[in-house]
Amino acid sequence: MKKNQIIIAAVFVMLGIFALATYIYSAQQTETKTQLAAQNTSAFIADHSPRKGNPNAKVTIVEFFDPACHTCKQFHPVIVDLLQKYPAKIQLVVRYSPFHQGSDQMVAILEASRKQNKFWDTLELMYETQDNWAINHQARADLFWSYLKTTKLLDMERMIKDLNDPAIGQVIQQDLADGKTLGANKTPTFFVNGKPLPSFGYDQLINLVNNELEANY
Amino acid sequence: MDQQTEADNKTWMFIFAAWLIAALSTLTSLFFSEIMELVPCVLCWYQRIFIFPLSIILLMGLFPLDRNVVRYALPLAVMGLLFTIYHILLFYGLIPESMEPCTQGISCKDDSMILFGFLPIPLLSLAAFSAITILLLKARVKS
Repeated sequence: MKKNQIIIAAVFVMLGIFALATYIYSAQQTETKTQLAAQNTSAFIADHSPRKGNPNAKVTIVEFFDPACHTCKQFHPVIVDLLQKYPAKIQLVVRYSPFHQGSDQMVAILEASRKQNKFWDTLELMYETQDNWAINHQARADLFWSYLKTTKLLDMERMIKDLNDPAIGQVIQQDLADGKTLGANKTPTFFVNGKPLPSFGYDQLINLVNNELEANY
Repeated sequence: MDQQTEADNKTWMFIFAAWLIAALSTLTSLFFSEIMELVPCVLCWYQRIFIFPLSIILLMGLFPLDRNVVRYALPLAVMGLLFTIYHILLFYGLIPESMEPCTQGISCKDDSMILFGFLPIPLLSLAAFSAITILLLKARVKS
């Protein structure tokens, strides 16, 4: 009987230690992320980054994303909703984190589409067709290409020319470097007015945005 | 009768200690992967495969005490130990790179396996599997 009690006590002690360690570690991580963000304010926004919403808005959402990332696709409507709900108060800045193999080519297409002012439409199309060209964690720009052609969204000849712009590579390098500085090692990574999400999730993002709206308006 | 009880007590102690180590290792391993979000490499996965059931089988052998549990647990501990030894040899470069089974994906000799700057995770695994193996062997001798 006594032995059984020892075992049960051991189980509870171990689970307790686990919970405590988890709590301490998570608190430390949030602290580190917040500090990183506070120390590197210049890393958030680059002049080259695509934006949406009011450029003078007091709440800025920065999203590090990968067009081949499934979770980024799922978060996209949430952000679009927020932008529609507060068109004057929120702006979105997107940064590239092409972590998947081949994603850099997708980013190149996005950058080239920007020159025709079709960045957001192209991004929407990428997310819509993502299941068909993002296969086994590989981004297949060749597969996406056919969708792009059929929609007639872009002037394809100009697109092909713009894809070779060496500036695209620099944009990607800069975004990857800034992402590294800020600890954005997963996609999507969000910062709202420089603050990281306390933990990952839709509600956490919406809450953080609401907090910032309240604080600034 | 008293001798029997004493022998039982010793066996219980050995199995209990082995279970304690297995359960702690399981939780530690889960902490690394789920909380610290370290991605387990291939060899880590094989070791996890052998440590996770140990924490459950040994517990079953304690409620109530069943010496036969050693029979089922020992092969798991020994298999885990073999994988750990292989991992250690690889980690310290005693086996050449070309034999490394996990160059793709997560490296088995990555720096991320070193805790607090000095303690490699494979070494923790080696300590756990050796201790469990020895304790189970001792529990078997007594029976």
